Amino acid sequence: MDFLIMNSMGFPILSALIFLPLVGALILLCIPGDTAAKNWTMLVTVVTALVSLPLYWNFDATTAKYQFGEHASWISALNINYTLGIDGISLLLVLLTTMIMPLCVLGSWRYIDKRVKEFMICLLLMETSMLGVFMALDFILFYLLWEAMLIPMYLLIAVWGGPRKVYASTKFFLYTLAGSVLLLVAIIGLYLDQGTFSIPALMGQDYSTNFQIVVFLAFFLAFAIKVPMFPFHTWLPAAHVEAPTAGSVILASILLKMGTYGFLRFCLPITPEATMIFVPYILWLSVVGILYGGFTALAQQDMKKLIAYSSVGHMGFVTLGIFVLNQQGLEGALLQMINHGITTGALFFCVGMIYERTHSRELDAAAGLGKFMPVYVSFLAFFSLSSLAFPGTNSFVGEFMILVGSFTNNKIVSAFAIPGAILAAAYMFRMLQRVVWGRPVNPDHTGIADLNLREMVTLAPLLFFVFWIGLSPEPFLRVMHVSVTHLIEQVGVASGGAAVSVAKLMIP
Amino acid sequence: MKLMLFAPELLLLLGSLVLFLISTGKVGGKKARAVTLGLALINVLVCLACVRQEGSLFYEAYRIDFFSQLIKLVISMGFAIVLLFSTELKGIDDEIRPEYYLFLTLSTLGLLMLVSSVELLTMFIALELSSYSLYILVPMRDDRTGLRMQMESAIKYILFGVVATGVMLFGMSYLFGLTGTTYLVELLPRLHQMMGSPAALIAIAMVLGGFFFKLAVFPFHSWVPDVYQGASNETTAFIASVPKVAAVAMLIRLTALATPEGQAIVTLLIVLSVCSMFYGNLVALVQTDMKRMLGFSGIAHAGYVLLGLVTMQEVGYATSLYYIVGYLVMNLAAFLVICKVSEHGENLAVDDLSGLHKRAPLLALTLAVSMFAMAGIPPFVGFMGKFMLLTGAYKAGHLPLVILAAINTAISIYYYLSVVRVTYSASPEDRPAVVVGGVAKAVSIVLVMIIIAMGLVPDPILQLATDAVRAIL
Repeated sequence: MDFLIMNSMGFPILSALIFLPLVGALILLCIPGDTAAKNWTMLVTVVTALVSLPLYWNFDATTAKYQFGEHASWISALNINYTLGIDGISLLLVLLTTMIMPLCVLGSWRYIDKRVKEFMICLLLMETSMLGVFMALDFILFYLLWEAMLIPMYLLIAVWGGPRKVYASTKFFLYTLAGSVLLLVAIIGLYLDQGTFSIPALMGQDYSTNFQIVVFLAFFLAFAIKVPMFPFHTWLPAAHVEAPTAGSVILASILLKMGTYGFLRFCLPITPEATMIFVPYILWLSVVGILYGGFTALAQQDMKKLIAYSSVGHMGFVTLGIFVLNQQGLEGALLQMINHGITTGALFFCVGMIYERTHSRELDAAAGLGKFMPVYVSFLAFFSLSSLAFPGTNSFVGEFMILVGSFTNNKIVSAFAIPGAILAAAYMFRMLQRVVWGRPVNPDHTGIADLNLREMVTLAPLLFFVFWIGLSPEPFLRVMHVSVTHLIEQVGVASGGAAVSVAKLMIP
Repeated sequence: MKLMLFAPELLLLLGSLVLFLISTGKVGGKKARAVTLGLALINVLVCLACVRQEGSLFYEAYRIDFFSQLIKLVISMGFAIVLLFSTELKGIDDEIRPEYYLFLTLSTLGLLMLVSSVELLTMFIALELSSYSLYILVPMRDDRTGLRMQMESAIKYILFGVVATGVMLFGMSYLFGLTGTTYLVELLPRLHQMMGSPAALIAIAMVLGGFFFKLAVFPFHSWVPDVYQGASNETTAFIASVPKVAAVAMLIRLTALATPEGQAIVTLLIVLSVCSMFYGNLVALVQTDMKRMLGFSGIAHAGYVLLGLVTMQEVGYATSLYYIVGYLVMNLAAFLVICKVSEHGENLAVDDLSGLHKRAPLLALTLAVSMFAMAGIPPFVGFMGKFMLLTGAYKAGHLPLVILAAINTAISIYYYLSVVRVTYSASPEDRPAVVVGGVAKAVSIVLVMIIIAMGLVPDPILQLATDAVRAIL
């Protein structure tokens, strides 16, 4: 257990974070009344967020080991343990999750008007499993939570979704599940090879290249669907469009990050040789994703679809940053994961707020809203600027780091990624221009109310982070330096041997 | 004390006598049910009390060990649960209900005796006692459609059953011819000496066939859809779950016969497993009748269970046992919902479940949990069982089989999900709310909790199963 620094906080903080929402959901079963349910869920998520804050203060940024560790035997017959711990890679994702969830509750306050209690239970179950995924250091624990999350997410779309909810939810479920079944087989294969399900113990072992390739492909399929990377992205627009606002936000802000987190946590350190072999292909897939997402977003009329496709593009940047495999690229990718969570989450909230008022997400129907909702469009403008990586906002820092990293690695690939940034400006300004200054004045809009206090409270924290990260990213980068360096070392161990295999693939 | 060795069987035997007397008089179904339910509950307690008994009876033809006692406990529980939630036998005429309960009890008795049999003829008789009682239960359904569907089912069931029995008996005659004994204890060492000979393999394969029929493994599966559809919902609930536990137990006992040199048997099991999984899952995709769908899904699950047997190891057998117990619970949960939603005991189409989450939220939840569990989604028992089966089979070197099984999981999710979809996404239109009694509510909560608990904390049950398997190896 030399990879784990046991928790010394006086109470098991990670377990507390996992179980707080779960217990909250169970208690919620016995709470009657819609308002009470909302208040209770708000309380639970806020308390969870507060409990998670000490993670940042007490995090030791000088070590790459997993911290706040907990370890208990779970299924002794197969040597499966309940092991939790976080490092610089997962810390920010955990904090992002705990921070987004109260906002989701707040954002659904009026949007959800039927079966409120069940909705809130689903949200809390989602929080439990998402936090667990980022903290789990045992493969079975990870897989259990990774899959279990599908059920509440499916229900969020299938019960509270839009008109095509049946199609969207089924597609979401089938896609993600089908991707994950071979992940399980790969996990079993690793277990039989090493006799353990402990994720850190499986890293850096001496697997044969063929075995690594097979395991990598199984991992890749599961994670690439979740990200989603270019050919596997088709479930995303459907799911986003039909999901209720909170569902879209969770999906964009946190669920997608699980795919990239999977790359960072599993593909790179466990199968470094295979990673080196597949890097060129994945880089090009990322670029295709960036460009495809950008062009498709440019053609959308539905605002949610527009943001969904922009997600495909942004996540392309993230995978690009991950697979250039250097410090700037990886740190940029990690930061961009957080940025995307903040910005895209906020944009989905914004679309949801229009939809609550006009019951339409069409760009044309929203044209000229700026006249009636000045506060709203200011928020929207800032988040849009953030989305297109305007200097001074959070995404600029992330995308810039990614591009710096990728230019040192591969100039041609990076050159092809640059138009993606321009496309982002194009589709975001197109949306902004329509919504803020669009004409003619739509008679339906007269008397429409601007944001109320609740909605402002929902968006304000996100805006705060947009500028904080944009102007002073160091507090966020500080925690990841050592872990990322360690990760590169883990991959680098194999890169010497893999150079031959890459050459072999290139020259038949 | 010899009486304790035979106590569960004796109790059911006496109970069926009482039911027989009741059935000759003018007693309605209500009283008969009360008697049977009391009997079943007491039986669970007796099984629990006898679970650590060991010994043998009837000139060594009947062995009581932890393996048999544990399975008896599971079977008794399954029997009790079926009785608990089938409060009113909607599909059966009131005047034949006492007989219905009589044969249901007899069938359970047969299953209890089966798992203790260690002699071929005893095994055969016990199996037939259980089978024939089931054959009779199927046509007892009232003829509401006018199509006499239940008669057709019953005829199919008995014809297929008799053929399977014939195959098994034929195999037994080979075993006897080869070894000169019908006692498994003596048969085992003699058979090991001639494992290479085709006759021995054919003999074992044929005997296995009888239990493949019970478990609905691929070439012996053809009775399933029609019988599931033709029998009343409560009968199907029983047929679909409880006998399968006994069948797996016997398959473990018999495959142990072929250990360790049974490469041919392993190949046979692999082929049957793959065929069952693919056939069951692919055909289930297009079913519209709920019970037929569950029938085909049952065939697929039988294929999964075989994954444990192909390992030919203690751990594999234990996981098979674990899986089938999990399957019993999941399946009972699904049938509980079917029985309750079906208003007058008619068959349910998948569409009849539309909007169930508005009509009966608890049932909808139970059904969803059961479906997700069968599909193998964590944190439910179906996932943990499947995971352990896959691990075992992979460990034994059957990687292609493991991959095929994983692919099947992905195929199957579609039809399980479509059930969840109609319960949660479709509107109920003018379908009435479903009335659920207190007992059924309690049972469904308990089943859901077992499904989750077995999935999250598999250790204790797995340990029990391992102990049980160790007792017979």
